[in-house]
Amino acid sequence: MGNGGNVSETALEARNIYKVFGRNPQQAVKRLKAGETRTEVQDAGTAAVIDAIFTVNRGEIFVIMGLSGSGKSTIIRMLNGLHDATAGSITIGGDAITGIPAGRLRDIRRDRVSMVFQHFALLPHRTVAANVAYPLELKGVGKTERLRKADEILALVGLEGWGDKLPSELSGGMQQRVGIARALAADTDILLMDEAFSALDPLIRREMQEQLVELQAKLQKTIVFITHDLNEAMFLGDRIAVMRDGRIVQIGTPEDILTDPANDYVEQFVQDVDRARVLTASNVMERPRPVVAESAGPRTALRQMRDAYMSATYVVGRDRKLVGIVTDRDAVKLVRKGESSLASILKPAPQVVDENEVLMNLFIPSVESPLPLAVTDAEGRLTGVIPRVTLLAALGPGPGATGELTLPLNPMPQAVIDEVLAEASSFTEAAAEATDPTVADTSAGTADTEEVR
Amino acid sequence: MDFRIPIGTWVAAFVDWVKDNLDGLLDGIAFVFGFLVNGLTAGLLSVHFVAIIAIAALIAWLVRSWQLAIGTAVSLLLIVGMNLWVPAMQTMSLVLVATVVAVLIAVPLGIWSARNATVRALLKPVLDFMQTMPAFVYLIPAIVFFGIGVVPGMVATIIFALPPGVRLTELGIRGVDAETVEAGQAFGAKPGQILRGIQLPLAMPTIMAGINQVIMLALSMAVIAGMAGADGLGKMVVEAISTINIAKGVEAGLGVVLIAVFLDRVTAALGTPAENHASLLGIMARRREAQRRAAASAPVPDAVLQPA
Repeated sequence: MGNGGNVSETALEARNIYKVFGRNPQQAVKRLKAGETRTEVQDAGTAAVIDAIFTVNRGEIFVIMGLSGSGKSTIIRMLNGLHDATAGSITIGGDAITGIPAGRLRDIRRDRVSMVFQHFALLPHRTVAANVAYPLELKGVGKTERLRKADEILALVGLEGWGDKLPSELSGGMQQRVGIARALAADTDILLMDEAFSALDPLIRREMQEQLVELQAKLQKTIVFITHDLNEAMFLGDRIAVMRDGRIVQIGTPEDILTDPANDYVEQFVQDVDRARVLTASNVMERPRPVVAESAGPRTALRQMRDAYMSATYVVGRDRKLVGIVTDRDAVKLVRKGESSLASILKPAPQVVDENEVLMNLFIPSVESPLPLAVTDAEGRLTGVIPRVTLLAALGPGPGATGELTLPLNPMPQAVIDEVLAEASSFTEAAAEATDPTVADTSAGTADTEEVR
Repeated sequence: MDFRIPIGTWVAAFVDWVKDNLDGLLDGIAFVFGFLVNGLTAGLLSVHFVAIIAIAALIAWLVRSWQLAIGTAVSLLLIVGMNLWVPAMQTMSLVLVATVVAVLIAVPLGIWSARNATVRALLKPVLDFMQTMPAFVYLIPAIVFFGIGVVPGMVATIIFALPPGVRLTELGIRGVDAETVEAGQAFGAKPGQILRGIQLPLAMPTIMAGINQVIMLALSMAVIAGMAGADGLGKMVVEAISTINIAKGVEAGLGVVLIAVFLDRVTAALGTPAENHASLLGIMARRREAQRRAAASAPVPDAVLQPA
């Protein structure tokens, strides 16, 4: 995720495309444009794609997702002209591919767009290497040259040394890697992947998805990926178009779709999604609390911890860079000694995660962190924290239930803190706290176990 | 009620018209077919039968197995033993030439009808007609056109044997996985490149099954060709029928069966080369493969073990 960079140059554009199969496609399109539904125009033809508008940026993975019959396979076949559009226009890098002669279309397919198929579609009578070399053969590349290139690309997808085998001797996952290698051999900017991993076992599928992301980081192709699997869409997609009954109902980033579904259909769809793999730390984190500046004294730190019911606090330097934590016990000692700089008791933060990390990878750090998990950005600035409760709540459906339910992490007995603060001068404030009945209750049980390391 | 649609008369008139107006064409066909069959027969008979048997056995071994090679040798020796070698070779040439001609017509027609729905729709009733019309009926115009001899028998044989070749070619090409054909299109292959590089190779087993059927039907026509005066085992069967000669009939019939079995096994094996592990060609291919693999894996022994 997060690949693709910031260059948003348009690689592919579909403007109001329609595809109707059947007796009278043009009439069906006219009626659809006039506002009739897909079912109403059924007598004129079956509308597979209705008024699809989207652009794909250079270097991104654009996922088109929908159930079977939603028109996604038809759309991807329109993008390389295997199906011609009934209406609307499609351009690839500015060149139209709709309404052009067959020879010109073949040139575009040879040089600009390649495709990976659901059932691999390898040529069973050719060796793996010859399959990979097939697009080069069509381009008229000489035999030695194209086989050399095929070996190179096979190595890239991890199939070194398998070139002499026949496709039937390979497992499904390996065959699809050959399919990908073949598409890469064509050396096109745009890669169309039609349910490329749907025919594979779940474990292999996962592995292939990860490999695709790796390859994409290396090669920076523009990929249009079709899938019916929302988890796959969320994992791979920089942006996702959700289709239903021939129409695109929402286009957005995985987070957009998950947190802000356009309608009930999308919402129902995303209910089943594995949120842990989609949402990132920055999607669920809360305002950092407690946090003190490095320059603040131990008393401020103690007050912060007391207010947040925490046994430690994060300390940030200038620019809000996370420098470490301070525990209440150490702060108490410092106050008793009368020192005013936190530097001597500063400890490194136990667990820090990047804000782009998916929730899946936060569970272990969260368990191992005595404090709400610290979240930092690329510059190391503390941008938020994730309490365990928040992490759990984020996995449920609906808007993130991120209330104020932070877990009390064994705080210093309230009485002790009050006592210390009282000694040190702030009488009025300490008195006010001590008379608060709820605070007195919670601290009562632990009052006798007071122990300062 | 003497109303009658005189279809037979119309066809007869048409046949007469063809006979009168296309004489040159008919003569040309008769000459070419006659030349091919007689030439092949003469060729087969000019070599000593042992050599022919050896070649046939070698072919059987190349495409299938040594067992088939032995079976072939024994069958052909049995034909020699029954003193049927000459008529057997005459029948063999008739069948082979008829098959080649039928295949040359059937495969392109099959390809055409696989790619064109209109052709397919038009061809279907014609093929049904060709296949179900009693084969003897073809002999009548054929004899009118070409006279008595090997040519009318061959023409009747070709017409009768053609349909399965067309049908199975069409079926084979249309049965090629649509996604695989799409793959060719998606990488920018021209229709001809898709036909040669994808459709024909993948349809080959079915096409070969069609050719096998053509050969079998052609052999079954051997007797009918004999009625039209073509020399060979068929003619002997016809003679045996007319003289109620059981011994002669059984021997000639057995000759047809032995040739049929040989041609059937060999052409069936040609359609599925990958399944014939015991064939000489298969053995040689594996040995070459093993040598190349040994040579290739020697410098990088771990290359094959990479991903699971």
